[in-house]
Amino acid sequence: MTELQGFGDQIALGAFTTLRTACTSLVLGIGVGLCGALAKRSRVQIIRWLADCYTTLVRGVPELLIILILYFGGTVALTTMFGRYVEVDAFAAGVFALTIVFGAYATEVFRAAIQAVPSGQIEAAQALGLSKFWMWHLVILPQMWRYALPGLGNLWLTLLKDTALISVVGLEDLMRKTSIAAGSTHDPLTFYSIAAGLYLLFTSVSLIGLTWLERRSDRGVRFAK
Amino acid sequence: MNLHLIVDVLPLLLEGMLLTAQLTAASVAIGLLIAVPLALLRTSPSFVFSYTILLYTFVFRGTPLLVQLFLIYYGAGQLEWIRSSAAWSILREPYWCALITFSLNNGAYTTEILRGGIRAVPSGEIEAAKALGMSYALRIRRIVLPAGFRLALPAYANEVVLMLKASSLASTITLMEMTGTARKIVAQTFSPYEVFIAAALIYLGFTFLIVHVFGRLERHMAKHQQRAGLKNNSRSRVRAAAKISAAQKVAP
Repeated sequence: MTELQGFGDQIALGAFTTLRTACTSLVLGIGVGLCGALAKRSRVQIIRWLADCYTTLVRGVPELLIILILYFGGTVALTTMFGRYVEVDAFAAGVFALTIVFGAYATEVFRAAIQAVPSGQIEAAQALGLSKFWMWHLVILPQMWRYALPGLGNLWLTLLKDTALISVVGLEDLMRKTSIAAGSTHDPLTFYSIAAGLYLLFTSVSLIGLTWLERRSDRGVRFAK
Repeated sequence: MNLHLIVDVLPLLLEGMLLTAQLTAASVAIGLLIAVPLALLRTSPSFVFSYTILLYTFVFRGTPLLVQLFLIYYGAGQLEWIRSSAAWSILREPYWCALITFSLNNGAYTTEILRGGIRAVPSGEIEAAKALGMSYALRIRRIVLPAGFRLALPAYANEVVLMLKASSLASTITLMEMTGTARKIVAQTFSPYEVFIAAALIYLGFTFLIVHVFGRLERHMAKHQQRAGLKNNSRSRVRAAAKISAAQKVAP
């Protein structure tokens, strides 16, 4: 079993792709989530309605189906658009799908977090004559971050595990590399156990990081007791 | 967009939906059967039980369901003692592999959700039961489980929806549930939009159904609180929900 029968490098490469996919989707998804939360608080009714539709639709449909729709649907759409066969890159389709899914859940987390910021803070910012940009930058975002962090942490753990689904459309991630290794060595037990161990490692490290972040975001907050 | 095609594939998809519904319902039922005793042990003062169960929930909640599914479906057949035992006739079938994996996975999540609910039961209620001379079993049956389950219900409804969505993974081990059927039809017709979107709408309807049923159940279980005045009730529920989410933060 030395060097995992020569598949060690491949699996490490796959693990790297998994982390890269998850991190890219996280950054983009936080952006989508913030925009979604703003849209849900918009004064324009149709924007609120669109945001509601987005979160309801995405949260009610399996992630796997969303990935399949975007991958195969995207291929068909681009093919008709360019008039020749265009295949969507699995990484792009995967990141796109995960961003959309993560964004929908993050919208709800951010919406609740913004609501948790005491309205007195916002009124104070207005009383000081802060512009909208500075009000968000100095008052709302730093405070809602603390409320959003636990929910966001759970979403990150889900996102990390959902990356495995993109292997179904051919992304060369940890899951896919493991499947290839398991298939060619006829030793699925070992290889899938290794994959499980690696995912567990990622989630454990994430948990430690999240606990640290949460403690850090709590500094300057007085607790009773 | 070809509307005729959607109408044509709908009966086929509904056939797949039956398997989806069956897999979801069975996994949720078995998961609950696993979770109730484990959640009680997990909240028990026993260090050994609590940490052994934490290990189970940590492993199943910390790895992707797809890995678990493949590990059981492809991995189990590699062990000689399983192949030669009676269990092989079950583990050979993709349906049973999916059901076992989903139940264990759902059981792990449900254990932690119920644990959150049980921990949120006001200690005064349990002390009152003790003061009335109720035995441990009676206390669990009459106070801890009903109150804990009621507090955990919103989170549990989410978990059931997640299970419905997770059942789509069964298509990766050749099961022809709704996603599997949709993929087969797409491979034959190559019109991904119509077929996948039709499937998505059915899933969506299913999700609404689950949310609706649990909403009614929640209202039904909170009947005794409604007389105490709505304002007070909603506030205490918000507090309980905050307690549960705080309790769940400990594990992934």
